Amino acid sequence: MNEALLKELVPEVIGVLVRRGADFAAAEDAVQDALVESVRTEVSPRDPKGWLITVSWRKFLDAVRADTSRRRREEQAEAEPEPGPCEAVDDTLQLYFLCAHPSLTPASAVALTLRAVGGLTTRQIAAAYLVPESTMAQRISRAKKTVSGVRFEQPGDVSTVLRVLYLVFNEGYSGDVDLAAEAIRLTRQLAAITRHEEAAGLLALMLLHHARRPARTGPDGTLVPLAEQDRGLWNTRLISEGIGILQAALGRDRLGEFQAQAAVAALHADARTAEETDWVQIVEWYDELVALTDSPLARLNRAVAVGEADGPRAGLAALAGLDPALPRYTAVEAYLHERDGDPARAARLYVQAARSAPNIPERDHLTRQAARLNARLRG
Amino acid sequence: MGKYLLLKHYRGAPASVNDVPMDQWEPDEVTAHLKYMNDFADRLKSTGEYVDSQALSPEGTFVRYDGEGRPPVTDGPFAETKDLIAGWMVIDVETYERALELAGELSAAPGAGGKPIHEWLELRPFYGVHATATE
Repeated sequence: MNEALLKELVPEVIGVLVRRGADFAAAEDAVQDALVESVRTEVSPRDPKGWLITVSWRKFLDAVRADTSRRRREEQAEAEPEPGPCEAVDDTLQLYFLCAHPSLTPASAVALTLRAVGGLTTRQIAAAYLVPESTMAQRISRAKKTVSGVRFEQPGDVSTVLRVLYLVFNEGYSGDVDLAAEAIRLTRQLAAITRHEEAAGLLALMLLHHARRPARTGPDGTLVPLAEQDRGLWNTRLISEGIGILQAALGRDRLGEFQAQAAVAALHADARTAEETDWVQIVEWYDELVALTDSPLARLNRAVAVGEADGPRAGLAALAGLDPALPRYTAVEAYLHERDGDPARAARLYVQAARSAPNIPERDHLTRQAARLNARLRG
Repeated sequence: MGKYLLLKHYRGAPASVNDVPMDQWEPDEVTAHLKYMNDFADRLKSTGEYVDSQALSPEGTFVRYDGEGRPPVTDGPFAETKDLIAGWMVIDVETYERALELAGELSAAPGAGGKPIHEWLELRPFYGVHATATE
Protein backbone atom coordinates (compact mmCIF):
# COMPACT_ATOMS: atom_id res chain seq x y z
CA MET A 1 0.00 0.00 0.00
CA ASN A 2 1.06 3.58 -0.50
CA GLU A 3 3.00 4.15 2.70
CA ALA A 4 3.10 7.93 2.35
CA LEU A 5 -0.68 8.13 1.99
CA LEU A 6 -1.30 5.85 4.95
CA LYS A 7 1.05 7.92 7.12
CA GLU A 8 -0.97 11.03 6.37
CA LEU A 9 -4.15 9.31 7.47
CA VAL A 10 -2.80 8.35 10.90
CA PRO A 11 -3.77 11.43 12.95
CA GLU A 12 -7.23 11.51 11.38
CA VAL A 13 -7.85 7.84 12.13
CA ILE A 14 -6.62 8.21 15.72
CA GLY A 15 -9.19 11.03 15.99
CA VAL A 16 -11.95 8.75 14.67
CA LEU A 17 -11.11 6.07 17.23
CA VAL A 18 -11.03 8.59 20.06
CA ARG A 19 -14.46 9.89 19.00
CA ARG A 20 -15.76 6.34 19.03
CA GLY A 21 -14.76 6.03 22.67
CA ALA A 22 -11.17 4.77 22.68
CA ASP A 23 -8.73 6.61 24.91
CA PHE A 24 -5.78 8.24 23.18
CA ALA A 25 -3.15 5.68 24.23
CA ALA A 26 -5.24 2.71 23.11
CA ALA A 27 -6.25 4.42 19.85
CA GLU A 28 -2.65 5.26 19.06
CA ASP A 29 -1.53 1.69 19.73
CA ALA A 30 -4.30 0.30 17.56
CA VAL A 31 -3.45 2.52 14.58
CA GLN A 32 0.25 1.67 14.96
CA ASP A 33 -0.63 -2.06 14.91
CA ALA A 34 -2.70 -1.52 11.78
CA LEU A 35 0.19 0.34 10.13
CA VAL A 36 2.60 -2.47 10.93
CA GLU A 37 0.08 -4.96 9.48
CA SER A 38 -0.17 -2.91 6.27
CA VAL A 39 3.61 -3.05 5.86
CA ARG A 40 3.70 -6.79 6.59
CA THR A 41 0.81 -7.90 4.38
CA GLU A 42 1.19 -5.36 1.59
CA VAL A 43 -2.56 -5.06 1.10
CA SER A 44 -3.73 -2.39 -1.33
CA PRO A 45 -7.36 -1.51 -0.69
CA ARG A 46 -9.29 0.87 -2.93
CA ASP A 47 -10.26 2.97 0.10
CA PRO A 48 -7.11 3.30 2.27
CA LYS A 49 -8.83 5.50 4.87
CA GLY A 50 -11.74 3.10 5.28
CA TRP A 51 -9.26 0.22 5.48
CA LEU A 52 -7.15 1.91 8.13
CA ILE A 53 -10.21 2.81 10.24
CA THR A 54 -11.61 -0.73 10.02
CA VAL A 55 -8.34 -2.49 10.79
CA SER A 56 -7.44 -0.04 13.57
CA TRP A 57 -10.86 -0.45 15.17
CA ARG A 58 -10.49 -4.23 14.99
CA LYS A 59 -7.02 -3.98 16.59
CA PHE A 60 -8.52 -1.80 19.30
CA LEU A 61 -11.30 -4.31 20.00
CA ASP A 62 -8.77 -7.15 20.04
CA ALA A 63 -6.70 -5.30 22.61
CA VAL A 64 -9.72 -4.53 24.76
CA ARG A 65 -10.88 -8.15 24.63
CA ALA A 66 -7.43 -9.40 25.48
CA ASP A 67 -7.36 -7.26 28.55
CA THR A 68 -9.72 -9.09 30.89
CA SER A 69 -9.32 -6.51 33.60
CA ARG A 70 -11.03 -4.05 31.34
CA ARG A 71 -14.26 -5.96 30.86
CA ARG A 72 -16.46 -3.02 31.47
CA ARG A 73 -14.86 -1.01 28.80
CA GLU A 74 -15.20 -3.95 26.45
CA GLU A 75 -18.98 -3.85 26.77
CA GLN A 76 -18.88 -0.17 26.04
CA ALA A 77 -16.68 -0.71 23.01
CA GLU A 78 -18.73 -3.59 21.61
CA ALA A 79 -21.62 -1.20 21.29
CA GLU A 80 -19.61 0.41 18.46
CA PRO A 81 -21.09 3.90 18.15
CA GLU A 82 -21.66 5.55 14.81
CA PRO A 83 -18.69 7.56 13.58
CA GLY A 84 -19.02 11.15 14.72
CA PRO A 85 -19.34 14.13 12.39
CA CYS A 86 -16.28 14.85 10.26
CA GLU A 87 -13.91 16.79 12.49
CA ALA A 88 -10.67 15.51 11.03
CA VAL A 89 -8.98 18.92 10.97
CA ASP A 90 -9.74 19.64 14.63
CA ASP A 91 -8.73 16.14 15.63
CA THR A 92 -5.38 16.48 13.90
CA LEU A 93 -4.71 19.81 15.61
CA GLN A 94 -5.65 18.30 18.98
CA LEU A 95 -3.18 15.50 18.35
CA TYR A 96 -0.41 18.02 17.67
CA PHE A 97 -1.18 19.71 20.99
CA LEU A 98 -1.33 16.45 22.90
CA CYS A 99 1.94 15.11 21.49
CA ALA A 100 3.77 18.38 22.25
CA HIS A 101 2.17 18.75 25.68
CA PRO A 102 4.34 20.84 28.06
CA SER A 103 4.43 17.95 30.56
CA LEU A 104 6.54 15.93 28.09
CA THR A 105 10.32 16.17 27.77
CA PRO A 106 11.49 17.35 24.33
CA ALA A 107 12.74 13.86 23.40
CA SER A 108 9.39 12.29 24.35
CA ALA A 109 7.38 14.95 22.55
CA VAL A 110 9.45 14.42 19.41
CA ALA A 111 8.97 10.64 19.49
CA LEU A 112 5.24 10.82 20.19
CA THR A 113 4.68 13.44 17.48
CA LEU A 114 6.51 11.37 14.88
CA ARG A 115 4.43 8.32 15.73
CA ALA A 116 0.93 9.68 16.39
CA VAL A 117 0.95 12.65 14.01
CA GLY A 118 3.64 11.57 11.58
CA GLY A 119 2.54 7.95 11.29
CA LEU A 120 6.09 6.60 11.48
CA THR A 121 6.64 3.19 13.01
CA THR A 122 8.61 2.80 16.23
CA ARG A 123 11.32 1.02 14.27
CA GLN A 124 11.72 3.96 11.88
CA ILE A 125 11.86 6.50 14.70
CA ALA A 126 14.41 4.40 16.60
CA ALA A 127 16.59 4.10 13.49
CA ALA A 128 16.41 7.84 12.87
CA TYR A 129 17.58 8.63 16.41
CA LEU A 130 20.10 5.76 16.51
CA VAL A 131 18.67 4.07 19.59
CA PRO A 132 17.44 0.47 19.96
CA GLU A 133 13.80 -0.11 18.99
CA SER A 134 12.92 -1.30 22.52
CA THR A 135 14.29 1.94 23.98
CA MET A 136 12.17 4.03 21.63
CA ALA A 137 9.10 1.88 22.31
CA GLN A 138 9.58 2.47 26.03
CA ARG A 139 10.03 6.21 25.55
CA ILE A 140 6.81 6.41 23.56
CA SER A 141 4.87 4.31 26.02
CA ARG A 142 6.01 6.48 28.95
CA ALA A 143 5.13 9.61 27.00
CA LYS A 144 1.62 8.28 26.42
CA LYS A 145 1.27 7.57 30.12
CA THR A 146 2.34 11.14 30.89
CA VAL A 147 -0.37 12.65 28.71
CA SER A 148 -3.04 10.08 29.62
CA GLY A 149 -4.70 12.52 32.02
CA VAL A 150 -4.90 15.32 29.46
CA ARG A 151 -8.34 15.80 27.93
CA PHE A 152 -8.24 15.32 24.17
CA GLU A 153 -10.33 18.42 23.54
CA GLN A 154 -8.13 20.68 25.67
CA PRO A 155 -6.71 23.52 23.55
CA GLY A 156 -2.93 23.80 23.47
CA ASP A 157 -0.28 26.30 22.55
CA VAL A 158 0.90 26.34 18.94
CA SER A 159 4.35 27.60 19.99
CA THR A 160 5.12 24.40 21.93
CA VAL A 161 4.21 22.38 18.83
CA LEU A 162 6.48 24.56 16.69
CA ARG A 163 9.43 23.99 19.00
CA VAL A 164 8.96 20.22 18.74
CA LEU A 165 8.80 20.37 14.94
CA TYR A 166 11.89 22.57 14.88
CA LEU A 167 13.76 19.93 16.91
CA VAL A 168 12.73 17.23 14.45
CA PHE A 169 13.86 19.36 11.51
CA ASN A 170 17.27 20.02 13.03
CA GLU A 171 17.93 16.32 13.51
CA GLY A 172 18.32 16.16 9.75
CA TYR A 173 19.05 12.96 7.99
CA SER A 174 20.25 9.62 9.26
CA GLY A 175 19.00 6.14 8.56
CA ASP A 176 16.25 5.62 6.01
CA VAL A 177 13.91 8.31 7.35
CA ASP A 178 14.50 11.88 6.30
CA LEU A 179 13.49 13.73 9.47
CA ALA A 180 13.90 17.15 7.84
CA ALA A 181 11.38 16.15 5.16
CA GLU A 182 9.06 14.70 7.82
CA ALA A 183 9.28 17.95 9.81
CA ILE A 184 8.41 19.94 6.70
CA ARG A 185 5.43 17.70 5.97
CA LEU A 186 4.09 18.04 9.53
CA THR A 187 4.70 21.79 9.67
CA ARG A 188 3.01 22.24 6.30
CA GLN A 189 -0.02 20.38 7.60
CA LEU A 190 -0.03 22.44 10.81
CA ALA A 191 0.31 25.72 8.93
CA ALA A 192 -2.65 24.71 6.75
CA ILE A 193 -4.95 23.97 9.70
CA THR A 194 -4.03 26.80 12.09
CA ARG A 195 -3.18 29.77 9.87
CA HIS A 196 -0.82 30.81 12.69
CA GLU A 197 1.84 33.33 11.49
CA GLU A 198 4.64 31.53 13.30
CA ALA A 199 3.64 28.16 11.84
CA ALA A 200 4.00 29.80 8.44
CA GLY A 201 7.27 31.38 9.60
CA LEU A 202 8.67 28.02 10.67
CA LEU A 203 7.55 26.38 7.43
CA ALA A 204 9.26 29.13 5.43
CA LEU A 205 12.42 28.76 7.54
CA MET A 206 12.49 25.00 6.97
CA LEU A 207 11.92 25.31 3.23
CA LEU A 208 14.65 27.92 2.86
CA HIS A 209 17.16 25.82 4.80
CA HIS A 210 16.15 22.61 3.07
CA ALA A 211 16.68 24.33 -0.29
CA ARG A 212 20.38 24.68 0.52
CA ARG A 213 20.90 21.12 1.69
CA PRO A 214 22.38 19.80 -1.57
CA ALA A 215 25.08 22.48 -1.35
CA ARG A 216 25.79 22.13 2.35
CA THR A 217 28.02 19.06 2.12
CA GLY A 218 30.68 18.17 -0.39
CA PRO A 219 30.73 14.82 -2.22
CA ASP A 220 33.04 13.44 0.50
CA GLY A 221 30.64 14.47 3.28
CA THR A 222 32.64 17.54 4.34
CA LEU A 223 30.80 20.63 5.50
CA VAL A 224 30.66 23.51 3.00
CA PRO A 225 30.09 26.90 4.68
CA LEU A 226 27.44 29.23 3.28
CA ALA A 227 29.93 31.62 1.65
CA GLU A 228 31.56 28.77 -0.31
CA GLN A 229 28.43 26.91 -1.37
CA ASP A 230 27.69 26.35 -5.05
CA ARG A 231 24.52 28.43 -5.23
CA GLY A 232 23.57 26.69 -8.45
CA LEU A 233 22.76 23.65 -6.29
CA TRP A 234 20.19 25.54 -4.23
CA ASN A 235 16.64 24.39 -4.89
CA THR A 236 14.97 27.45 -6.42
CA ARG A 237 11.48 25.94 -6.24
CA LEU A 238 11.74 25.53 -2.45
CA ILE A 239 13.24 29.01 -2.14
CA SER A 240 10.42 30.72 -4.00
CA GLU A 241 7.83 28.73 -2.06
CA GLY A 242 9.51 29.67 1.24
CA ILE A 243 9.73 33.36 0.32
CA GLY A 244 6.08 33.42 -0.76
CA ILE A 245 4.93 31.88 2.52
CA LEU A 246 7.14 34.23 4.53
CA GLN A 247 5.88 37.35 2.74
CA ALA A 248 2.26 36.38 3.37
CA ALA A 249 3.03 35.78 7.06
CA LEU A 250 4.95 39.05 7.47
CA GLY A 251 2.05 40.86 5.81
CA ARG A 252 -0.15 39.94 8.76
CA ASP A 253 2.13 42.06 10.94
CA ARG A 254 2.53 39.70 13.88
CA LEU A 255 6.26 39.11 13.90
CA GLY A 256 7.73 36.15 15.79
CA GLU A 257 11.10 34.47 16.11
CA PHE A 258 10.60 31.95 13.30
CA GLN A 259 9.50 34.63 10.84
CA ALA A 260 12.58 36.69 11.78
CA GLN A 261 14.88 33.68 11.28
CA ALA A 262 13.18 32.90 7.98
CA ALA A 263 13.73 36.51 6.90
CA VAL A 264 17.48 36.06 7.44
CA ALA A 265 17.41 32.80 5.48
CA ALA A 266 15.47 34.54 2.70
CA LEU A 267 18.09 37.30 2.45
CA HIS A 268 20.80 34.66 2.03
CA ALA A 269 18.70 32.89 -0.58
CA ASP A 270 18.23 36.17 -2.45
CA ALA A 271 21.96 36.74 -2.96
CA ARG A 272 23.30 35.29 -6.20
CA THR A 273 26.83 35.41 -4.77
CA ALA A 274 28.09 35.57 -1.19
CA GLU A 275 29.38 39.10 -1.89
CA GLU A 276 25.91 40.30 -2.82
CA THR A 277 24.49 39.34 0.59
CA ASP A 278 22.60 42.22 2.19
CA TRP A 279 24.31 42.01 5.60
CA VAL A 280 22.93 45.36 6.75
CA GLN A 281 19.37 44.07 6.48
CA ILE A 282 20.42 40.77 8.08
CA VAL A 283 21.75 42.69 11.09
CA GLU A 284 18.39 44.46 11.32
CA TRP A 285 16.56 41.14 11.40
CA TYR A 286 18.90 39.86 14.10
CA ASP A 287 18.12 43.03 16.07
CA GLU A 288 14.44 42.07 15.82
CA LEU A 289 15.26 38.52 16.85
CA VAL A 290 17.25 39.69 19.88
CA ALA A 291 14.39 41.99 20.85
CA LEU A 292 11.89 39.12 20.51
CA THR A 293 13.83 36.37 22.26
CA ASP A 294 16.75 37.95 24.13
CA SER A 295 18.55 34.73 23.22
CA PRO A 296 22.37 34.61 23.55
CA LEU A 297 22.49 32.49 20.37
CA ALA A 298 20.69 35.24 18.46
CA ARG A 299 23.30 37.69 19.77
CA LEU A 300 26.10 35.40 18.65
CA ASN A 301 24.65 35.16 15.14
CA ARG A 302 24.14 38.90 15.16
CA ALA A 303 27.86 39.36 15.91
CA VAL A 304 28.72 37.37 12.77
CA ALA A 305 26.38 39.54 10.69
CA VAL A 306 27.79 42.74 12.22
CA GLY A 307 31.27 41.47 11.32
CA GLU A 308 30.19 41.22 7.69
CA ALA A 309 28.22 44.48 7.60
CA ASP A 310 30.59 46.76 9.54
CA GLY A 311 33.89 44.90 9.56
CA PRO A 312 35.53 42.33 11.87
CA ARG A 313 36.38 44.87 14.61
CA ALA A 314 32.69 45.75 14.94
CA GLY A 315 31.90 42.01 14.99
CA LEU A 316 34.40 41.41 17.79
CA ALA A 317 32.92 44.34 19.70
CA ALA A 318 29.47 42.76 19.33
CA LEU A 319 30.93 39.51 20.63
CA ALA A 320 32.24 41.15 23.80
CA GLY A 321 29.93 40.59 26.72
CA LEU A 322 28.67 37.21 25.46
CA ASP A 323 29.46 34.06 27.42
CA PRO A 324 32.51 32.32 25.82
CA ALA A 325 30.95 28.97 26.81
CA LEU A 326 28.18 29.50 24.23
CA PRO A 327 28.22 26.81 21.53
CA ARG A 328 30.27 28.02 18.53
CA TYR A 329 31.44 31.18 20.32
CA THR A 330 35.11 30.27 19.80
CA ALA A 331 34.52 29.39 16.13
CA VAL A 332 32.97 32.82 15.56
CA GLU A 333 35.84 34.47 17.43
CA ALA A 334 38.37 32.59 15.27
CA TYR A 335 36.61 33.64 12.07
CA LEU A 336 36.47 37.31 13.08
CA HIS A 337 40.17 37.35 14.05
CA GLU A 338 41.08 35.80 10.72
CA ARG A 339 39.09 38.48 8.92
CA ASP A 340 40.83 41.05 11.10
CA GLY A 341 44.22 39.90 9.77
CA ASP A 342 45.44 37.83 12.73
CA PRO A 343 45.86 34.30 11.30
CA ALA A 344 48.05 33.02 14.17
CA ARG A 345 45.46 33.86 16.79
CA ALA A 346 42.67 32.61 14.52
CA ALA A 347 44.45 29.27 14.02
CA ARG A 348 44.83 28.77 17.78
CA LEU A 349 41.16 29.58 18.29
CA TYR A 350 40.10 27.20 15.49
CA VAL A 351 41.99 24.37 17.24
CA GLN A 352 40.25 25.26 20.49
CA ALA A 353 36.86 25.48 18.75
CA ALA A 354 37.40 22.05 17.15
CA ARG A 355 37.85 20.52 20.60
CA SER A 356 34.40 21.68 21.71
CA ALA A 357 32.62 21.23 18.36
CA PRO A 358 29.11 19.79 18.75
CA ASN A 359 29.44 17.28 15.90
CA ILE A 360 32.04 15.57 13.73
CA PRO A 361 31.50 17.48 10.46
CA GLU A 362 31.95 20.77 12.34
CA ARG A 363 34.97 19.43 14.22
CA ASP A 364 36.60 18.36 10.96
CA HIS A 365 35.74 21.65 9.29
CA LEU A 366 37.30 23.67 12.13
CA THR A 367 40.43 21.47 12.14
CA ARG A 368 40.76 22.04 8.41
CA GLN A 369 40.48 25.82 8.95
CA ALA A 370 43.31 25.65 11.51
CA ALA A 371 45.39 23.54 9.12
CA ARG A 372 44.77 26.01 6.28
CA LEU A 373 45.93 29.00 8.36
CA ASN A 374 48.94 27.14 9.78
CA ALA A 375 50.00 26.10 6.26
CA ARG A 376 49.78 29.73 5.19
CA LEU A 377 51.78 30.87 8.23
CA ARG A 378 54.54 28.36 7.37
CA GLY A 379 54.64 30.17 4.03
CA MET B 1 34.44 -15.84 14.96
CA GLY B 2 34.30 -12.96 17.38
CA LYS B 3 33.80 -9.30 18.04
CA TYR B 4 36.68 -6.95 18.66
CA LEU B 5 36.88 -3.38 19.84
CA LEU B 6 39.37 -1.09 18.13
CA LEU B 7 40.12 1.79 20.48
CA LYS B 8 41.65 5.02 19.33
CA HIS B 9 43.21 7.37 21.89
CA TYR B 10 43.61 11.13 21.98
CA ARG B 11 46.41 10.47 24.44
CA GLY B 12 47.66 7.65 26.63
CA ALA B 13 48.75 5.32 23.82
CA PRO B 14 52.44 5.14 22.84
CA ALA B 15 53.36 7.97 20.43
CA SER B 16 52.64 7.41 16.74
CA VAL B 17 55.56 7.18 14.31
CA ASN B 18 54.25 10.10 12.24
CA ASP B 19 53.22 12.16 15.28
CA VAL B 20 52.18 15.61 14.03
CA PRO B 21 48.96 17.26 15.34
CA MET B 22 46.28 17.45 12.67
CA ASP B 23 46.10 21.26 12.66
CA GLN B 24 49.73 21.25 11.47
CA TRP B 25 48.95 19.14 8.37
CA GLU B 26 48.21 20.54 4.93
CA PRO B 27 44.42 20.95 4.52
CA ASP B 28 44.46 18.34 1.70
CA GLU B 29 46.11 15.88 4.05
CA VAL B 30 43.31 16.35 6.56
CA THR B 31 40.77 15.64 3.83
CA ALA B 32 42.69 12.55 2.67
CA HIS B 33 42.83 11.21 6.23
CA LEU B 34 39.08 11.64 6.81
CA LYS B 35 38.33 10.01 3.47
CA TYR B 36 40.52 7.03 4.38
CA MET B 37 38.63 6.55 7.64
CA ASN B 38 35.21 6.75 5.94
CA ASP B 39 36.26 4.40 3.16
CA PHE B 40 37.58 1.94 5.73
CA ALA B 41 34.21 1.81 7.51
CA ASP B 42 32.33 1.54 4.20
CA ARG B 43 34.51 -1.36 3.12
CA LEU B 44 33.85 -3.25 6.38
CA LYS B 45 30.13 -2.67 5.90
CA SER B 46 30.34 -4.23 2.45
CA THR B 47 32.24 -7.28 3.77
CA GLY B 48 29.75 -7.75 6.62
CA GLU B 49 32.35 -7.18 9.33
CA TYR B 50 31.24 -3.75 10.57
CA VAL B 51 29.25 -3.48 13.80
CA ASP B 52 29.49 0.06 15.14
CA SER B 53 31.74 3.07 15.45
CA GLN B 54 31.50 6.20 17.57
CA ALA B 55 33.69 9.21 18.20
CA LEU B 56 33.98 10.89 21.60
CA SER B 57 34.50 14.54 22.41
CA PRO B 58 37.74 15.17 24.33
CA GLU B 59 35.75 16.96 27.01
CA GLY B 60 34.47 15.05 30.01
CA THR B 61 34.79 14.40 33.70
CA PHE B 62 34.98 11.68 36.36
CA VAL B 63 31.87 11.29 38.49
CA ARG B 64 31.19 9.30 41.65
CA TYR B 65 28.48 8.77 44.26
CA ASP B 66 29.02 10.85 47.37
CA GLY B 67 26.49 9.40 49.78
CA GLU B 68 22.76 9.57 50.43
CA GLY B 69 21.10 12.88 49.61
CA ARG B 70 24.29 14.45 48.28
CA PRO B 71 24.93 15.41 44.67
CA PRO B 72 27.55 13.28 42.90
CA VAL B 73 31.14 14.50 43.09
CA THR B 74 32.89 15.37 39.86
CA ASP B 75 36.59 15.47 39.18
CA GLY B 76 37.53 17.04 35.91
CA PRO B 77 38.07 18.08 33.23
CA PHE B 78 40.44 15.18 32.76
CA ALA B 79 44.01 15.76 33.89
CA GLU B 80 46.59 16.07 31.11
CA THR B 81 48.14 12.74 32.16
CA LYS B 82 44.87 10.88 31.74
CA ASP B 83 44.46 8.21 29.11
CA LEU B 84 41.84 9.73 26.79
CA ILE B 85 39.79 7.65 24.38
CA ALA B 86 38.90 9.35 21.09
CA GLY B 87 36.56 6.74 19.71
CA TRP B 88 36.04 3.17 18.77
CA MET B 89 35.05 0.77 16.06
CA VAL B 90 33.53 -2.64 16.74
CA ILE B 91 34.17 -5.34 14.16
CA ASP B 92 32.88 -8.89 13.88
CA VAL B 93 35.46 -11.08 12.14
CA GLU B 94 36.26 -14.73 11.53
CA THR B 95 39.69 -14.85 13.15
CA TYR B 96 42.02 -12.98 15.45
CA GLU B 97 44.43 -12.63 12.52
CA ARG B 98 41.77 -10.80 10.53
CA ALA B 99 41.19 -8.42 13.46
CA LEU B 100 44.93 -7.70 13.60
CA GLU B 101 45.06 -7.13 9.87
CA LEU B 102 42.18 -4.62 10.00
CA ALA B 103 43.64 -2.77 12.99
CA GLY B 104 46.90 -2.50 11.07
CA GLU B 105 45.09 -1.04 8.07
CA LEU B 106 43.30 1.52 10.23
CA SER B 107 46.60 2.51 11.84
CA ALA B 108 48.03 3.15 8.37
CA ALA B 109 45.63 6.07 7.76
CA PRO B 110 47.58 8.87 6.05
CA GLY B 111 48.73 11.85 8.10
CA ALA B 112 51.27 14.66 7.73
CA GLY B 113 53.09 14.55 4.41
CA GLY B 114 50.54 12.00 3.19
CA LYS B 115 52.50 9.27 5.01
CA PRO B 116 50.90 6.64 7.29
CA ILE B 117 50.47 7.79 10.89
CA HIS B 118 51.45 4.37 12.34
CA GLU B 119 49.09 5.20 15.20
CA TRP B 120 48.86 2.73 18.11
CA LEU B 121 45.35 1.30 18.33
CA GLU B 122 44.12 -0.87 21.17
CA LEU B 123 42.57 -4.17 20.05
CA ARG B 124 40.31 -5.80 22.63
CA PRO B 125 38.30 -9.00 22.20
CA PHE B 126 34.72 -9.06 23.49
CA TYR B 127 33.78 -11.96 25.75
CA GLY B 128 31.99 -14.50 23.60
CA VAL B 129 28.53 -15.90 24.24
CA HIS B 130 28.16 -18.92 26.50
CA ALA B 131 27.27 -21.44 23.83
CA THR B 132 24.49 -23.94 24.59
CA ALA B 133 26.64 -26.71 23.11
CA THR B 134 29.25 -26.37 25.86
CA GLU B 135 26.78 -27.00 28.69
